[in-house]
Amino acid sequence: MDLFHTIIALLESTIRVSVPLIFAALAGLFTERAGVFDIGLEGKMLGAAFAAGAVAAVSGSVIIGLLCAILISVLLALVHGYASITQRGSQIVSGVAINFVVAGSTVILGEAWFRQGGRTPALAGDARFQTITFPFADAVKDVPILGPIYSNLLSGHFALTYLAFAMVPISWWILYRTRFGLRLRAVGENPGAVDTAGISVIWLRYRAVICAGILCGFAGAYLSLAMNAGFVKGMTAGKGYIALAALIFAKWRPFNIMLACLLFGFLDALAIRLQGNPLPLIGQVPVQLMQALPYILTVVLLAGFIGKAIPPKAGGIPYVKER
Amino acid sequence: MVNTDETGPTWGTWVNMSDIAIELRGIDKSFGLVHANRNINLTVRKGTIHGIIGENGAGKSTLMSILYGFYQADSGDIVVDGNVVTIKDPNAAIAHGIGMVHQHFMLVENFTVLENVMLGAEDSQILNTSISKARVELKRLEKEYALEVNPDALIEELPVGLQQRVEILKALYRKADILILDEPTGVLTPAEADHLFRILGQLKDQGKTIIFITHKLREIMAITDEVSVMRRGEMVATRKTNETSVEELAELMVGRRVLLRVDKGEANPGDVKLSVENLTVRDGRGVTMVDNVSFNLRAGEILGIAGVAGNGQSELLEAISGIRKAVSGSVLLNGKPIDVTGHADPRDLRDRGLAHVPEDRHHVGLVLKFEEAENGILGYHHDKRYLNGVFLNTKAIQADAEEKIKKYDIRPPNPRLKTANFSGGNQQKIVLAREMERGPDVLIIGQPTRGVDVGAIEFIHKRIIEMRDQGKAVLLVSVELDEIRALSDRIIVMFAGRVVGERDPDATEGELGLLMAGVEGRKEAAE
Repeated sequence: MDLFHTIIALLESTIRVSVPLIFAALAGLFTERAGVFDIGLEGKMLGAAFAAGAVAAVSGSVIIGLLCAILISVLLALVHGYASITQRGSQIVSGVAINFVVAGSTVILGEAWFRQGGRTPALAGDARFQTITFPFADAVKDVPILGPIYSNLLSGHFALTYLAFAMVPISWWILYRTRFGLRLRAVGENPGAVDTAGISVIWLRYRAVICAGILCGFAGAYLSLAMNAGFVKGMTAGKGYIALAALIFAKWRPFNIMLACLLFGFLDALAIRLQGNPLPLIGQVPVQLMQALPYILTVVLLAGFIGKAIPPKAGGIPYVKER
Repeated sequence: MVNTDETGPTWGTWVNMSDIAIELRGIDKSFGLVHANRNINLTVRKGTIHGIIGENGAGKSTLMSILYGFYQADSGDIVVDGNVVTIKDPNAAIAHGIGMVHQHFMLVENFTVLENVMLGAEDSQILNTSISKARVELKRLEKEYALEVNPDALIEELPVGLQQRVEILKALYRKADILILDEPTGVLTPAEADHLFRILGQLKDQGKTIIFITHKLREIMAITDEVSVMRRGEMVATRKTNETSVEELAELMVGRRVLLRVDKGEANPGDVKLSVENLTVRDGRGVTMVDNVSFNLRAGEILGIAGVAGNGQSELLEAISGIRKAVSGSVLLNGKPIDVTGHADPRDLRDRGLAHVPEDRHHVGLVLKFEEAENGILGYHHDKRYLNGVFLNTKAIQADAEEKIKKYDIRPPNPRLKTANFSGGNQQKIVLAREMERGPDVLIIGQPTRGVDVGAIEFIHKRIIEMRDQGKAVLLVSVELDEIRALSDRIIVMFAGRVVGERDPDATEGELGLLMAGVEGRKEAAE
């Protein structure tokens, strides 16, 4: 029974750490399916987390914090869009630049405004997301097996957590069942086909980039308003890159993305749990190894086990009319 | 669609107007310093196939892109159905009933046929209803124009001919009355091209107007009603097709008399220079592309390999020239074996007198971002005369390039110009000059005139025959049957990786065509 509770706790924290990955990877899904590579997921998420933490601390409202997170993230996405869509610059360079600028400026602004070493003030009450408890969660807690699953695993998460999982089928539906999705996927494969069909390639790609901005806004807000009580410098800690790995690992498909993010989240949760606890037979596992596991797994599995991940054909290439 | 020509309005001077689908008046367009279209006037009559012919770079595609709203003209008017219209983007063109089949298909490869046809013409935000509507409409179009294609097939799984059919369906789905086809046969096999011509004939019979752009004279003669000739951005003439001739059109295109038949004397075959025996090659997927092929190539002869593209010719060339590993078989060059199943080193083969003009000059033959002079020594760059110790001898390279530019009439004559900025014909001359000027014993040439204009074709053909007359052995692979017949001293035909027959160059086109289609070959093999 003890093992069962350990597993439940492990899965519960898996869900907790997977949420920002899912948001960010879905954000990447939208831009990359439209042919704009987005290495700046990390920066957008971090910028959003800072905006959320700072604004929520000042205004005392979690909703205003969330909206500002989305606003900042969308603005950063538009910078990326302007550089890589309108000005046809290198998408990688633009993304990396955003990551660096955000990493530095959040610390500087945080220190200048709050003087807490780059942190934003700790949030409490209405300035932070509260967990949602399902009906009867307490009552059924002691029912064997199903009780803990219901009350610990399914219930007791933040609204954003449920939104993240809801976004998976929603994103799928948008991409595969709407006109916007059809055109978005088309522009990532052959922008010429879209252009000659009389649709604006540029506007379509901008819309994809904005979608990504909104999703990264959720991811960032989750980090500083839900998972933690405020912004801490560099708090994304590479989650944007893990989300990119998940996106590739999932071959740019929504449901695969959820599974990949859960897998990477599980490894993360496992790493936290194993810290200081030696494994039987193996002994102490360096935490760095666990942290590197998502990347190692992506490389190994992509290299031989799940076949080739074929990126959108026009990905990374700015669209120029012939001549 | 009913042709309304006979029942059209009968009031006064407008009768003529109603016959006209499109009129271009004084269209002018420049890209920077390049004057792509100069004061172009063109009248296309309803229900006809109107050919536009001209060399590469004559401005045909630019003109059509203006008509399709891809570019805007600097000046001039477009008149559709008697009204002056502005076509500011492809949407406007579609609204005026103009559809275009692009040279490079504008299809999303991992989408289904249905999705491609629908793209941009979906009639609701949610796809479900659009899909079922499109399916019904596609079925109707398939029936009406006999353009069958499985709506649920993925584009990437369809042969090129069918992909093109999807492009045509896309235009018809958008209710195009005027269809522009830009170099539609460039990617097609002869059989597929014939099929396309039948389809175009049908579309014409149903009242559609077709503008057919090509640089191939034969196609103009085969299907058009009228033909307009462009040269260097100008419209130089318009003729009724049955009142003109190939010779006249060629002269109008090039601006001087062109020799369409190549003059060549008798061949004097000498010793066997290249001997291929039981060569078998598989591609990356393990499919056998070259199946037990044997032949001999002698000094002083041109051996042509005919066949529809994709029947193993490419793999054969690659195996002989050391780019691709063969599974089994042997090849002798000047009597000495080439390690085709092991590590045949292209550099070593060059040193032994084998030169190779690859089929795909953009990806294999040239580095497009390099200067002309640099491409001129590619593969021979380790040669002492281009080197100064370990450094390149730029002076010698420059001088060498200038000499070749003169001899091969490469234009513009600038060895420092990026290769990408030369036209197709001149790029090909750069490769030919590099490989021929070494005086190899054996010259292997793939698709010598693909994407090359008429004037340059004449020159390239002459050079190939000169090589033969100098006693070189030439192996020629081309999907242009005319070219094979005009140049070769012997012809072998490949089908499905096998050599299905050998013929003299005076074999009829029909006879060779049957071999190429694998019909005769099977009989022969059975006997």
